[in-house]
Amino acid sequence: MKLIKTLLASTAALAFSTSAFATDLEVTHWWTSGGEAAAVAEFAKAFNEGGDKWVDGAIAGSGGVARPIIISRIIGGDPMGATQLNHGRQAEELVEAGLMLDLTDIAEKEGWKDVVNPVRLLNACTLDGKVYCVPVNIHSPQWIWLSHAAYEKAGVPVPANWSEYVASAPKLREAGVVPLAMGQQSWQTQLAFDTLLVAVGGTELFTNILSNKDAAAAGSAEATKVFDAFATARELAQGANVQDWNQATNMVITGKAGGQIMGDWAQGEFQVANQVAGKDYTCLPGLGVNDIIATGGDAFYFPKTDDPEITAAQKRMASSMIRKDVQVAFNLKKGSLPIRGDVDLSAANDCMKKGLKILAAGNVLPDGVNVLSADTAGQIQDLMSEFFNNTNITVADAQSRYVDIIKNAD
Amino acid sequence: MSGRNIMIYGTLFVVSIYYLLPLYVMVITSLKGMPEIRLGNVFALPVEITFEPWVKAWSSACTGLNCDGLSRGFLNSVRILVPSVLISILIASVNGYALANWRFKGADLFFTILIFGAFIPYQVMIYPIVIILRELGLYTKLGGLVMVHTIFGMPILTLLFRNYFTSIPEELFKAARVDGAGFWGIYFKIMLPMSLPIFVVAIILQVTGIWNDFLFGVIYTKPDNYPMTVQLNNIVNSVQGVKEYNVNMAATILTGLVPLIVYFISGKLFVRGIAAGAVKG
Amino acid sequence: MVQNQRPVQLFRNMSAKIAAIPMVLTAMVIFVGCSAWTIFHSFTKSKLLPTTKWVGLDQYERLWSQNRWLISIENLAIYGIFSLVFSLLIGFMLAALLDQKIRFENTFRTIFLYPFALSFIVTGLVWQWVLNPEFGIQKIVRDMGFETFTFDPLYNQEIVIYGVLFAGLWQGTGLIMCLMLAGLRGIDEDIWKAARVDGIPMWKTYLLIVIPMMRPVFITTLVIIAAGIVKVYDLVVAQTNGGPGIASEVPAKYVYDYMFRNQNLGQGFAASTMMLLTVLVVLIPWAYLEFGGKKKHV
Repeated sequence: MKLIKTLLASTAALAFSTSAFATDLEVTHWWTSGGEAAAVAEFAKAFNEGGDKWVDGAIAGSGGVARPIIISRIIGGDPMGATQLNHGRQAEELVEAGLMLDLTDIAEKEGWKDVVNPVRLLNACTLDGKVYCVPVNIHSPQWIWLSHAAYEKAGVPVPANWSEYVASAPKLREAGVVPLAMGQQSWQTQLAFDTLLVAVGGTELFTNILSNKDAAAAGSAEATKVFDAFATARELAQGANVQDWNQATNMVITGKAGGQIMGDWAQGEFQVANQVAGKDYTCLPGLGVNDIIATGGDAFYFPKTDDPEITAAQKRMASSMIRKDVQVAFNLKKGSLPIRGDVDLSAANDCMKKGLKILAAGNVLPDGVNVLSADTAGQIQDLMSEFFNNTNITVADAQSRYVDIIKNAD
Repeated sequence: MSGRNIMIYGTLFVVSIYYLLPLYVMVITSLKGMPEIRLGNVFALPVEITFEPWVKAWSSACTGLNCDGLSRGFLNSVRILVPSVLISILIASVNGYALANWRFKGADLFFTILIFGAFIPYQVMIYPIVIILRELGLYTKLGGLVMVHTIFGMPILTLLFRNYFTSIPEELFKAARVDGAGFWGIYFKIMLPMSLPIFVVAIILQVTGIWNDFLFGVIYTKPDNYPMTVQLNNIVNSVQGVKEYNVNMAATILTGLVPLIVYFISGKLFVRGIAAGAVKG
Repeated sequence: MVQNQRPVQLFRNMSAKIAAIPMVLTAMVIFVGCSAWTIFHSFTKSKLLPTTKWVGLDQYERLWSQNRWLISIENLAIYGIFSLVFSLLIGFMLAALLDQKIRFENTFRTIFLYPFALSFIVTGLVWQWVLNPEFGIQKIVRDMGFETFTFDPLYNQEIVIYGVLFAGLWQGTGLIMCLMLAGLRGIDEDIWKAARVDGIPMWKTYLLIVIPMMRPVFITTLVIIAAGIVKVYDLVVAQTNGGPGIASEVPAKYVYDYMFRNQNLGQGFAASTMMLLTVLVVLIPWAYLEFGGKKKHV
């Protein structure tokens, strides 16, 4: 019996190494902006090279639109071949229900444990010792992007940190520039808050609140400072009437806004617009206050099917995504950091290098997505969005509601 | 012109502006280049007319890796539309006929529940219907989607048909029964030929509703079968650098073209049909 | 005799009963079944996937303590009341105007009706564009010399729901007008003649004679308008996405967001159960009037 199993396994391995079968795999994702689409094309190219076919099932409009579709397809018993999902707690239940393909065998064979850096990313894909997803990139939300054109217009030097930036705001206003570009979607305001939480409140406060769900920390005086800074940001963003994050980024690119607090994926947009880091724009990780980034990111999951051919193709796709050259090509386009420490990124621009340096020094935090349930994250989003758009809500009021959410977090 | 007429036409004219303004904005925006959109206001006529946005919206706008614009979804939408419209109307008309002329015990109860169903938010039904379709083996199949459209079209359509058939003189029905015609005989020989107006209304409502549907089309099918509205959503919601309002508007008009044409052609029949059916309760 | 009656009862109208099977199935399996399924799961701790872990009324307690839910309800109330009143008012007025034997009736009717052919997604998008303060109406008026003119409903917390209403009426009143027009056409000419002979002023004829005669039309119209109001979702998503902040949230969007963004099915189901309850409260009296009243005639 054991022999047969090994035999079967080795033939399967053989089939997979020679890609004897060509299989169509449908891939769902919500990467539809310019930089994102260019990046995802690299994955498709790598997968198609093996003779298989990547059938693209992009759904625009962020995870909120795509997620019911993805989950329906999985519970409906006719799943796609692979799907993007933020790893960590979002997919937990699907894995527990046995709906996701176990990738442990290729993970062990290819030694993912040794190449994935930081290893936390792989841990977020692991449940009960088994690997269920492929982390594909590292995204850190804690950046501010500053427009050189806007500062030239205002006649002030480009600031080097958050307090300089706040001080420069009146000059920007005089020059007719909106100091802070901010899209209306609620996750963007939440991202800005979390960024301020690291920059103004510090690492300890960040982990105490988000990882340990410490309600006392959320109600502390340090946290009040964060809310105060957030209230300042609210004023700075007056007049930025845009919806999407990349529309806000576009305001920075065109010099209509002084800066934007946004994750490193904004980089892809600067790249598409042919802007050069350090010359046309400046990026400050941790808002220039705290050289630290959180390591969130995207991952791909592979729903389980009975078809051995599809399973083999899914594994081929998984291993192609983690390949060195694909990681480099994908992440350069996406503006994110690769998930493996052993690749050559000499082609990276200034901003990515800053990120890589911080990563190498180990100054990393877990991302909100990894530690909070979707429910808690959603409630925080609503609160932040409400606060940011309604000047009648006081800092004290918002903070006490924040404490409530953290207290009830699961 | 009398004072009364001036008031009537004046009012109609002013109200017309409110209704036409958005269409005007859509059309002229779709004919402008991006630089002009950035400079001018939305109501200004284009200085230089370009059809580029239309071409792009139809054949080259990108979603993820697929850069073939709306054209991809057009045939799918037709393939979804035709059977869904036919089957939903057929079932609802027979239904309305049974309710109106062959009243049986419990009919009112079921009908009330059906009307109640018109008020249930679709979102709530998504998962249970996924499970039902899975058990029937229809999930992601065209047939499953047709079934979903039939179900959600049923309340309003049944209401229309029931009201219409109730308004047909009962003597006709009784005479046919005396002649020995049965349920189906009366339906096909007497009711169907008399109910063209209400069928027109039903067709118009269903064509509009099904053509414009996004949620069911995207959840109960696969990418190969995605309707045009999915591409529209993708084009409108994926911003590549700058929001290309002109392409968005062109895509919007292109997607709305089928129901719009249906309305322009059959607007007169629509009112006549409603007058014949929906009105009498 | 008594024994024979049973099968006769059951098989009477057999064809009609067979024909009604799709309706019965839809009513029982989909509408009743799914509602029951939803109500049941609103008492559970369902997260991403439905479970049967019972938590009693927890989801409801949480629901009613959410600021966002309260705002959603308030918005739906405002939107609902205004939408109902204005749809009926505008729809009836336009229909009455078109019924004056005017020229170009077809043209006007088409103009009023065409928005109904467009989806809410499109409607929201276009009105977002027209109401955008940087490009739209506000800019035009300012360019005409009124520098301080402000009209930015979509960016103002206080009035954003009226901006949505504006777009909703644009899309929906055409259909209402058609229904009303059809109703007016169904009124016997003789009634007008009689009213004129008696010297009753026109507005009085409408109010006291014509409108009461149009009761069935009003009922159909009310069902259509009300169903649209309860389900309003796409329009808000396309036009404001609930913003600025959470100022234009509506209950259907709360349901959707909790089910899929927050991955808390239980909470979403609790919210939709509340919506169902509200609908029942409105519908039961209607059903009673409609069918309870009918039986007396037969």
